[in-house]
Amino acid sequence: MNGNAFSFSQLGTLIRGSAVYRSIVRHGTAETNRNRSLVIFENLFLHVHPVKVREKTLKFSHTYWLGGITVSALVVLIATGILLMFYYHPSVPQAYRDMKELKFVVDNGVFYRNLHRWAAHLMVLGALLHMGRVFYHRAYRPPRQFNWVIGVVLLLVTLLLSYTGYLLPWDQLAFWGVSVGTNMAKEAPILGPPLRFLMLGGNIVSENALLRFYVLHCVLLPAALLGFLGVHIWRVRKDGGVQGPPEPPADDEVEP
Amino acid sequence: MSQPMPPLKVVESSDPVAVPKRVALVRPDARATLRRVEERWVMTYPNLILREVICFQVVVIVLAVLALLFNAPLEGIANPLETPNPSKAPWYFLGLQELLHYFPPVVAGVVFPGLVVVALVVIPYAKINLSARPLWSGDKARTRLWVGGAAAFLAAFFALFACWPIVVPTLLIGAAMFSVYGDGQEGRLRRFLVSVTLPEWIMTWFILVATVLTLIGTFFRGPGWSLVWPWNMYPPA
Repeated sequence: MNGNAFSFSQLGTLIRGSAVYRSIVRHGTAETNRNRSLVIFENLFLHVHPVKVREKTLKFSHTYWLGGITVSALVVLIATGILLMFYYHPSVPQAYRDMKELKFVVDNGVFYRNLHRWAAHLMVLGALLHMGRVFYHRAYRPPRQFNWVIGVVLLLVTLLLSYTGYLLPWDQLAFWGVSVGTNMAKEAPILGPPLRFLMLGGNIVSENALLRFYVLHCVLLPAALLGFLGVHIWRVRKDGGVQGPPEPPADDEVEP
Repeated sequence: MSQPMPPLKVVESSDPVAVPKRVALVRPDARATLRRVEERWVMTYPNLILREVICFQVVVIVLAVLALLFNAPLEGIANPLETPNPSKAPWYFLGLQELLHYFPPVVAGVVFPGLVVVALVVIPYAKINLSARPLWSGDKARTRLWVGGAAAFLAAFFALFACWPIVVPTLLIGAAMFSVYGDGQEGRLRRFLVSVTLPEWIMTWFILVATVLTLIGTFFRGPGWSLVWPWNMYPPA
């Protein structure tokens, strides 16, 4: 490389100065606090965050990043889930054959299925641990009461997502795992049997159930999850940021 | 805040126009604090955003390694005529499935999970959860009566159904609660146990019960839901 060649930093400056780039990102580089603020509130997705956060909330022991880990698992699940959908037919017996295709024919198919599986376990585990963390830090107290309730809803939707996905491979594990669960639903008085019929599209776990679980798993439940998740994260900001461990009362403060 | 505050004069009045400075009335269950401590704030970008990116990358790396090392299970094609023994639900429902062993399906499958969801939802609205008082800091005799009674009742109720995976944790948590009832040798563990509030004891009990049930259902249940050792399990859990 001679001195006249473009360096990457020069290339970056050129791109960031171009009319096209400035039409997409209106603010300059994040070298000033003003521009760092603009990074957050000029971005549809980032502006669920406030522009500034309390420094102590960044400490690992404040949240153990459990919410972040759960959301990260969700992002992995959406990405791998979409890839898996390209190869999957929600019909009997093609659904099971597709699992074999993923394993023996599709490039990296088994890797993406594995990723999806372990990310699903991580998301359930992460949500449970996050809930425990919030409880023991007493972060459900006013003004965060309702966000705790939304969190309970998110946990239930997460469990339903995991459960509906459990049927999709259409192997023995899937079929009997779902049969055990839906037989329990049958026991609920009055509402149980009709709910089960609605869920399965019949009286047993069959091809109809597979299609219904597929639609629930790929459309309805993810949409519900993303909706509630948006509110959940937005309310964290509205309720004053993440709440860490309760602090011991200051010297000049008296416990009422 | 560089100038010193002028001395305050207290005027009692309900007229906000005449007396613009108000004294806040604080309910005992809502802990209002006045702190003079200046909190340090930092810019979200890059401080928080960078950490989020790192968190995501760590999760992706860990999951990728797991996905390379361990294959997702895949058994034979679904066959409604051939029931595997045992047939198990996913791990997060195995606690409930374990309960099926002790209770009629309507109790294990509907009543208990329903109660758990309702209990979780009302947590932030129940007064008992809002006060942060350690368990034995109030009227000790009254607390002893209620807590001892509740623990004894729960243990007896679950013993009636021979549901030992719940009875044992219940007795353990009850014993832990009463271990700091009287005076004792001052120590780190004791100081910690004394500070635990009633809701924290209840949640700990619930988590312990759920964990024990899930572990038993996952690793110790074989054909016909009989007790087996994990290393004798076939097919492996």
